[in-house]
Amino acid sequence: MHREKRTLGFYVLAAFFVVFVLFLYGPFSAIFILSFQGPSGGLTFPLNGVSVHWFFNLFEQQAVGNFGASFGRSLMLGLMVMVTTVIVSLLAGLAFRRKFTGGSPLFYLTIASLVVPSIIVSLGIGVLFQQIGFRPSWFTSAFGAHLTWTLPFGVLIMFAVFNRFSPSYEEAARDLGAPPWQTFRHVLLPMIAPSLIGVGLFGFSLSYDEFARTLLTAGTFNTLPLEIYGMTTNVTTPVLYALGTVTTLFSFIVIGGTVGIIALLGARRARAAL
Amino acid sequence: MAVAEQIITAPLTKPRLRRAPLSLASFASYLQAIPLTLILAFFLLVPILFLLVVSFWDYDFARMYPGFITRNYAEVLGSWVTWKTYLNTLKFAVIVWAIALFIGFWVAYFLAFHVRSAAMQTVLFLICTVPFLTSNIIRMISWIPVLGRNGLINTTLVNAGIIPQPIEWLLYSDFAVVLAMVHLYTLFMVTPIFNTLMRIDKSLIEAARDAGASAWQIMWNVILPLAKPGIAIGTIFVVTLVMADFSTVQVMSGGQSASVALMMKNQMSLLQYPSAAANAIVLLVLVLLLVAAILRVVDIRKEL
Repeated sequence: MHREKRTLGFYVLAAFFVVFVLFLYGPFSAIFILSFQGPSGGLTFPLNGVSVHWFFNLFEQQAVGNFGASFGRSLMLGLMVMVTTVIVSLLAGLAFRRKFTGGSPLFYLTIASLVVPSIIVSLGIGVLFQQIGFRPSWFTSAFGAHLTWTLPFGVLIMFAVFNRFSPSYEEAARDLGAPPWQTFRHVLLPMIAPSLIGVGLFGFSLSYDEFARTLLTAGTFNTLPLEIYGMTTNVTTPVLYALGTVTTLFSFIVIGGTVGIIALLGARRARAAL
Repeated sequence: MAVAEQIITAPLTKPRLRRAPLSLASFASYLQAIPLTLILAFFLLVPILFLLVVSFWDYDFARMYPGFITRNYAEVLGSWVTWKTYLNTLKFAVIVWAIALFIGFWVAYFLAFHVRSAAMQTVLFLICTVPFLTSNIIRMISWIPVLGRNGLINTTLVNAGIIPQPIEWLLYSDFAVVLAMVHLYTLFMVTPIFNTLMRIDKSLIEAARDAGASAWQIMWNVILPLAKPGIAIGTIFVVTLVMADFSTVQVMSGGQSASVALMMKNQMSLLQYPSAAANAIVLLVLVLLLVAAILRVVDIRKEL
């Protein structure tokens, strides 16, 4: 690739990009700073001293809501959704490698799952469970509601992966006498592993942060986003910001860890190829 | 386990049977598609069909009564308040879409054409993606200390002597709703456009330049037509997300603005499920019509 001199357009767009990134991260840094507000400080600047008072406050018994238990539920639900999304998306991705009767309607149903407003899914599942006499709970109705949001992403990612995947690797393995399971386990799976990890990250994060779909389907016990949503109207202390900081840092750790694993897999493969 | 292995691996061994309609391979496809089909059927299709039924039911403050009445629809379609709410939702959708498209296109364009190393591209793209994987509510409430009456912007401007008193419409207004929505949803525009721009063969642009095209002509006649699928997919995302939004409207307008989903949520909290169901069906038809219109422009299945 030849190097041209940077044009004026480059500098304008680079500045635009920087402003966009500041726009994305700026507000978050405001609540990050304010979560270290002193014990007598309020919801806005200036800082009234610096303390970790509100983080301790977070783990004490709250007037509204219980942070620890709802975090546990959200974590568990996120992991359940993640595992299910990875397996179901992989299977569906494999299915769509061939044409089959009903494939097209199923594809459009998957797209529909992406565009149907989340509150309609929430209302539909909630009312359905109520009428057939099932008690809604975070691990049944909310679990299903979350899958309608994570599966389309998973399936579309697998679509993209298999569209770019050359079958010649599998043919080579087969010509060398590998049985089907070995071909899958030692050829296909390692090649698509980074994408599967990506699907897992999407599945977990989308579920962990979802609340519109949980609104009418969580049953008696709240998930963390529902708890936070409730707090936005009831809580008037920086404990809300402390919760925001903790849960966002948790998301960052999950994302960072996943990206790290993908990079590690890539590096190992690059070394193996040498 | 052995059965599972066979299910998973069968298609890999029988590619030559691809065209035979009742082959073992297509049987494997059916098995592999079953989990997705069942989940979407039970948690998407059946609930929506059930909402369609419930939207014709009668109700009072305590429970619903199965039946076939059209009053719920008459209330939705016959009320001026509902029409205004639908128009307000569409207004948000159009404004947010236009801003997201402008920002999204130029950010994607910068990443695809101006950033030269692939590693740098990945890093910058990740920086844009990370906020998308964090909580929407947290991202929303993080605007409050920035925009509020005693917030960062107002305090700074007043202290600098630029304005005499705090600007009131920064928070709890339509402006705040649009700002927060752009903040939440622009990424859904960046990603698909970036994806299509990355697949444009750079030699096409060089060819256009060699043929004497100006920068403007290259943009209008080469890049934009090729970016259309990405723009369409991003549009579907942004429009459907805004049309479905209730939390941003509720929190950022401070209860002063309305959206269809927020109206539904209020009906739900009053246990007026049949009424909410009628709204759900009308909203769903509206969203599906919008998506169908966008899909006429582009076949997204080809674009993946």
